[in-house]
Amino acid sequence: MLKNRSVVSIDDVSKEDMTEIFETSDEMSKLLEQHKPLKVMDGKIMATLFYEPSTRTRLSFESAMNRLGGSVITVSDTGSSSIAKGETLADTIRMAESYSDIIVIRHPMEGAARLASRFSSKPVINAGDGSGQHPTQTLMDLYTMKKEKGAIDGLNIAMIGDLRYGRTVHSLILALSKFNVSITLVSPQVLRIPEHILARLPKGFDVTVTDSLSEVLKKTDVFYVTRIQKERFTDLNEYQSVIGSYSVDEKAVSEMKDDAIIMHPLPRIDEISPEVDYSKKAAYFRQAANGVPVRMALVSTILG
Amino acid sequence: MEQTLKISKIREGTVIDHIPAGKAIKVLAILKIDEKGSQTVSVGIRVPSGRIGSKDVVKIEGRYLERFEVDKISLIAPEASISIVKNYEVVEKFRVDLPERVTGIIKCSNRNCITNSREPVPSEFYVSSKKPLVLRCYYCERNMQEKDILNNL
Repeated sequence: MLKNRSVVSIDDVSKEDMTEIFETSDEMSKLLEQHKPLKVMDGKIMATLFYEPSTRTRLSFESAMNRLGGSVITVSDTGSSSIAKGETLADTIRMAESYSDIIVIRHPMEGAARLASRFSSKPVINAGDGSGQHPTQTLMDLYTMKKEKGAIDGLNIAMIGDLRYGRTVHSLILALSKFNVSITLVSPQVLRIPEHILARLPKGFDVTVTDSLSEVLKKTDVFYVTRIQKERFTDLNEYQSVIGSYSVDEKAVSEMKDDAIIMHPLPRIDEISPEVDYSKKAAYFRQAANGVPVRMALVSTILG
Repeated sequence: MEQTLKISKIREGTVIDHIPAGKAIKVLAILKIDEKGSQTVSVGIRVPSGRIGSKDVVKIEGRYLERFEVDKISLIAPEASISIVKNYEVVEKFRVDLPERVTGIIKCSNRNCITNSREPVPSEFYVSSKKPLVLRCYYCERNMQEKDILNNL
């Protein structure tokens, strides 16, 4: 039960909690389609503290709270606030908790959201901590898989690209390990998933590691493509060759199963060719759109 | 005639026994025993032992250990035993005990962990495996293996 609890790591959300959030997300999606103003969070205040730039996550949290009839207070520029003057995160949180009912935080250091939850009597939601966790992205990814494919159990999922630094992938694989799925991790050697993540998967969980995208094209139900960042490579030629081998284009799409879907946490750069956007398999914009109902569901479950 | 290695008895102080062979140096570092101290310290390295084959022993004259020092020793020598000696007699003997949670005695090896900034919290770890020892940071959720643990004590 998530009522009045913080969500810092995907481990804080049980499978039962996920089922509840997904059902509520369906309801929220319907309500959004009806354009009816909601009052469920009337009088509640969300404080958003973003110590790192963010477009989608911040907008979708703030949109979710406004859609629910609540309001949002925020620090518009962490660079010019007391944070920049050297205030500890602990002190900022002690202040923010007295001004709000729920705190949403993104921070460049791992463990920041857990620390915030220690100093706050109000629930804290982690909107990304360094290369650590990003649990609401994970909930929205899982919800997208369920909505698009009917169920998560039984899926063959390929995660492609930067599996080393990409925090969305780390949270997602840990969450998927609670389901009965097969996962193939497709990446160049330098961007393989870290051992400390693999070590946390349950024994016997079906994970295969490969560096070949073509190997998985025909058997995969869900392609989860991630951004390969240029700055991870010292050699630009190596970056170009990696991008070539791990990008999804029309030819790759034509080899996929008819009902396969392609997901991406966005922003995408070159990993998915623009012409793929017109395929029904392209689920990434629908996935991004799910950010609002899923965050509405999460916030209303926690504060409900 | 059988030859045995003798480390002289101490009158008052602490004997740390059953340290894994070769780790005594690390125990001395934990206890900050260096050129500045005044206590007499005897160290036996790779002493034959019935229980663990070969072991290290540290005897410190005139010093009793603090709780946090015992906890730190438990991280590198989980089988160690500690004897308190008074007037050449062992008055108390106990095995070190690895706590379920390790708080404030070791830094997180992840330099980007929030506990390595100026925040008012001690580091905190769960023991996620005893053999081999693996600690998991409560905050950043990274695992620390034995090598990282030794480097961050």
